[in-house]
Parts: sequence; structure tokens; C-alpha cells
Amino acid sequence: MTALRKPETAIERTVFAVPSMHCAGCMSKIERGLAAMPGVSAARVNLSARMVTVDHDASLDAHDLEHALAGLGYEAQERRDELGPRFSAARALLAPLAVAGFATMNVMLLSVSVWSGAGGSTRELFHWISAGIGIPAIAFAGQPFFKSAWKALRHGGTNMDVPISIGVVVTTALSFYETLRGGEHAWFDGALMLLTFLLIGRVLDAMMRDRARSGVDALLSQAARGAMVVGADGKLAWIEATQLMPGMTMRVAAGERLAADGEIVSGKSSFDQSLLTGESAPVALHTGDPVLAGTLNLDAPVDVRVSHAGHDTTLAEIARLMEASTQNRSRYVRIADRAARLYAPAVHTLAALTVIGWLIAGSSLYQALVTGVAVLIITCPCALGLAVPVAQVVASGSLMRAGIMVKDGSALERLASVDRALLDKTGTLTMGKPLPDREVLLALAPDEAAIAFALASHSGHPLSRALVSAMSGWGIEPAPLTDVSERAGEGVFARWHNLEVSLCRPQGGGKAIATALAIEGRPVRLIPFSDRLRPDTQAALAQLQRLGIECSILSGDRAEAVAEIAWESGLTAKAGAKPADKQALVGRLRATGRKVLVVGDGLNDGPALAAADASIAPGSASDVGLQASDLVFVQDSLLAIPRAARAARRTMAVVRQNFALAIGYNVLAIPLAIAGLVTPMVAAIAMSASSLIVVGNSLRLARAAR
Amino acid sequence: MTVLLLLIPAALAIGGMGLAAFFWALRNGQFEDPDGNAARILIEDEE
Repeated sequence: MTALRKPETAIERTVFAVPSMHCAGCMSKIERGLAAMPGVSAARVNLSARMVTVDHDASLDAHDLEHALAGLGYEAQERRDELGPRFSAARALLAPLAVAGFATMNVMLLSVSVWSGAGGSTRELFHWISAGIGIPAIAFAGQPFFKSAWKALRHGGTNMDVPISIGVVVTTALSFYETLRGGEHAWFDGALMLLTFLLIGRVLDAMMRDRARSGVDALLSQAARGAMVVGADGKLAWIEATQLMPGMTMRVAAGERLAADGEIVSGKSSFDQSLLTGESAPVALHTGDPVLAGTLNLDAPVDVRVSHAGHDTTLAEIARLMEASTQNRSRYVRIADRAARLYAPAVHTLAALTVIGWLIAGSSLYQALVTGVAVLIITCPCALGLAVPVAQVVASGSLMRAGIMVKDGSALERLASVDRALLDKTGTLTMGKPLPDREVLLALAPDEAAIAFALASHSGHPLSRALVSAMSGWGIEPAPLTDVSERAGEGVFARWHNLEVSLCRPQGGGKAIATALAIEGRPVRLIPFSDRLRPDTQAALAQLQRLGIECSILSGDRAEAVAEIAWESGLTAKAGAKPADKQALVGRLRATGRKVLVVGDGLNDGPALAAADASIAPGSASDVGLQASDLVFVQDSLLAIPRAARAARRTMAVVRQNFALAIGYNVLAIPLAIAGLVTPMVAAIAMSASSLIVVGNSLRLARAAR
Repeated sequence: MTVLLLLIPAALAIGGMGLAAFFWALRNGQFEDPDGNAARILIEDEE
């Protein structure tokens, strides 16, 4: 339970994101493995955030530690920005909730004695104690509501917090007045109970959101962006992306992403541009060809002269497009606030009419005011305030267990109304990475498979890594190799029982992606790779169809590549769409009144994801895709999309039921309040009963993601 | 009725202690890693 203390000798503290750890075993393996390293003084895992904090001396750098973590079996990435405490929406609400809960319980005890007949000076004493506890507690615990209500009012709008704040403040003021003049009824318990219930709803909501966000944070790659730059004297130096200037020459190793746009000055290689264009096949480029920031160098090191850096890159252009469309979405008004727009004026008018009515009927001003306030208290939207958050929390929890993270509070509301879906091809409908042909791998002789596995494990090339991950579950012992060497752009070469073996680029090199396994004295085996549809794509599309969501493909890839996937999936398709085209299409569909869902992963989908009514990204998506989308699904299967859509619709159905229940209770209680029959006890019972009913109804969503 | 003068402050003091303990926990990072702390009890000490 000890927090990580800063040791006196600690020179450096590095934080890593380790998305794949998930249990106590992982925690102890990582903490002990790192602590055993010379130079490491302490390592502490935060499992909720999927992070490891390491204190180490200057002899180690982030790269060594990443390597050590990889040796333990965990892929890790250094985080640059996470050294401070992370922002959490729930933590700010915990203290108000604790105070409200404490005050409610104490005041309720005193109130119960008053209701059961305490009179005279005892009642007065109890009211004074209640006021002493209640008023400071309300002033403190009500702040989240008061602030939000004030913000809405100042901008001339209204939200759910406005009627809540008015109700609470008026109740407290009246109760204090009653206490001063030794009256019969004080309502401190009601006001506090209202705050407690509402804060419970908010805290649950914020916790869910925090959880989803830390899940997504862990997926984001925070690796330092920059490049090795060749200096005038031929020396290499690491320069941050923001410091890159046009005219510099950067050396890009195989497997690295480019940090700036430029032109190749020496070397040739193939580049994966799928993040920018959606094109899945690698593009071969050589000296003189332009290359774009964000593309992945696949084969061999190349030197690139920087032409545009920082804000001038294609990458930054896409970021600007996205910013513009995000403002679009912030105009969405949540259902609870839409309800408040109708509800608050109605309730406040009713309370005012009650006061006027009692005055006309000839009662004293005091009597009329007390009755008016009783109407406000009884209609204070306790159940109404819980109706939306509790339903969404339960549904998000269920979705999270199914591997779908809901990032935004209003995401489920927007997703529920979707009737049109645009799906990206590369990385969304397909896995987005080349996978080795399973049939061919299964046809290999056992020793051949063992050699291929061993060779591939010595290389960081994307194809080798795909081969390793495909074969690692098969229980193959890697063959013992000697003299292993990797030649950039060619392949991995080694000796096995005195025979030359290699895993290399096939001779001739057609259009298809493949690798050749050559063993001396045996025929060369060709292992083809292809990007395949995600599992269950057909079933998922059929389910979306049944939900009344019309789907089509929207891809930046070449027409032939898209046509193949369109034929396989049976969808209509639009190919060759640039990021701005995608965004424009979303805008056109929205203008015709369709509610558009965009499913995409790449940087090129970013603007469309941000412009759509709702958006979903796979966990393998680019940082931009993850950040721009409302929901992120982590498993491979595309069934997550219909599942999320169904859960969203069920959630909204329950939210509407909750509204009906809460308003139904008001319809019963308001006549009593107007007639002046409501006492603090009646209000307390009505409030807790209606809240319990709403929470109970929302709990039915626990299996919403099934 | 004099018993109230004793009992009410006593009840409030006990409740207040609970509240103070909660605030202490909140300030000392006890809510930083709920998942990790739940899993940590399963890790056996090495010695």
C-alpha cells in the first residue's frame, strides 16, 4: 500500500504505458523483473491506468527499460506527458459526495426523531443542529451543481442543474427561516438527500468515463516523435519533430514512421501509407519520390530531405480539418438537458401559480410561500437527475466487459439514433495488417515451420512479426540457429545444422506481399500475406442491416482493392476518398437528415470520425482515430458495432422509461403539494422511493451488451 | 434529555472521524489504482 517514494538517489523517473498487463501475475512479474535490473531502484505498476512508474539511475534510458519490458513479454511505450497526477473527473466529486453522505445520515437521524414526535425545545435544538450540519454541507457539496447551473444561466441557457440548484437553495433558505422562528418543519434532510443521490449518479458516471479514458490512453502511442538527422559532418543526432526544419536530411530506419514530409535523397524502400490514404498495399518509392509524414518505412533505411515540417505537413492539415468538425459535435444537447428545458419552466410556473392561488384563497403570505416551496421540493428532479446517468453507467459497464469502451457521455445517446454507417476499409473492415496464409503455414513440414518461426523471431520487419504472432500459439519450438544476420531490404539469414537458411524477399517480386523461406537443398517455400476481413464481418453487417442501419464502404484506397472487399462483404463502396472528401460526404448525409455513424481507424478517417453523429474505432487505430472516436472496441470481431448499437438503443429505451417513471411520480405528488399536504417526511419517502425505482429499472441494462 | 447533550456530540464526533479518515485516504492516493490494489493481495511475498 506504500505509494512510490522518491528515493534520494533516484536520478530519473520514467513512466511506461503497458496495455497488455491485466492481472496480479503480470504486476508481480513486471515489478520484480524490473526491480532485479541493475540501476533500477523501484518499479510500481498502476493496473487501473495500465502504467508502470520506474525509478532508475542515469545509466539506463527509456529504451533499455522498454527492451527489458519486452523481454518480460510486455510491449511498452514511454509516456512523456504523464509524470504529473492524471486528471480524473470522479476524484473532484468524491469529497462533495462524502460530505453530503455524512451530513444526510446525521440530519436524517435527527429528522426521524422529530417526525416520531419530538416537540418543543428538543425539536428546536434538533433543527438548530441540523442547520449547523446542513448549511455548510449543502454549500460545499452543492458546488458542482451551482457552478454548472450558473454557467448555463450566464450563457442564457438552462440545464438539469438549474432546477436542482434552485430547489436546493430555496429549500435550505426556507428551512433556515423555519428554524429561526421555531417552526414545525425543516427540510434540511430532503435537500441533503437530493444532493447525495445526485452526486452518487455523477460519481458513477465520471468513474466510468475515467476508466474508458485510461483504457484508451493506454492504447495511444506516446513515443517521442522525431527523427535521426544527418548533420553536416555526417554525424547522426536525434531531433524532436517540432525542431525539424525544411532542408534537413533525416535517416529513417526500417520500421520507423516519418516525422515530416520530404523527398528521398538516397536509398529505396517500400512505405505503408495506410494511415494517411487508407491504401493497404505498400508503395515502393526510391530516390526523388516524395514521402509523407506519418507513413511507415517498411524495408530499408532511407535518407529523406525534409520539405515540410510541423504545421505544414499533410498530417497537420488533417488535424486542422478535425478541429473544425469537433466544434460541430459540441453543439449536441444531451437528452437530460433537453428534458430540463421543458421541465424547469413548467415546474417553476407551477410553484408560482401555487403561491398566487393560495394568496387569492386568502391565506397568509407565509403559508402561501411555504406551499409554493413544497411544490418546488417535491418536483426537484431527483429521479429525473438520476434517470440518464445511472442508465448510461450500467450500459457502459456492460459494454466495457464486452470490450467496448465508451469515451463520451453523450455517445450512447447519439449512437442510438444512427441510421447510416460509413465503414473504412483498411484496418476497420479488414485487420489492417498483412497476415500469413494459414493454409500455407499448416502445409509446412514441422522442421520448416520451426526454422521459419526462429528466423522470423530475429527480425523486426512487420511481415516477420505477423508470422511470429500467427505461429506463436502453435507450440512450435524455434529451431536452433547460428550466425543470424538481418540484411535491410533483403531478409534474415542464418545457418541451421550447417545448412544455409533464410527468410527473405521473394525473387522477382510481384505485386502481392509474400516472403520466401529458403532452406539449402530444399525447394523454396513462398508464404503469401494478405490483409483479410475481420472475423464475423458478414454476421455483423447482417445485424446492422436488421437494426435498420444502412452500411457502405468509404475508403481512400485504390478502386481495385476496395472492389474486392466490397464484393466479399456485399456492400456498396466509394474508393479513393481523401480525408476532406470523407468529411464532406458525412456532412452531405447529415444535411439530408441522416444520422451518420463512421467506423474508421486511420489518420485519414479522423475528420470524418469527428464530423459524424457517432463514431467507433478499433483498438488498433491510430492515435488520431482513437481520440476522435466516441467508442473504441478492443477485440478483433466486427460484431462489436451492432452490439454497441443495440446496447445504445436499449439504454435510450430505459432512459425514456426512467423519465416516464420520474414524471409519473410527480403527477401523483404535485397535487398533494399544491394542496399543502406535503410534510418533510412525505417528501423524503417520495424522493428515495422514486430514486430507487429509477435505479432498479436502470440495472436491467447490466446485460445490455449481450 | 441531558443524555442527548452527550450522545449527539458523540455521534457527530464518530461520524466526523469517518469523514476525516476518508479525506485522509483521498489525499494519500488510496484511490489512485483500485484495480491494482485489488489484484495486489494475490501477489505472494518472495522471502
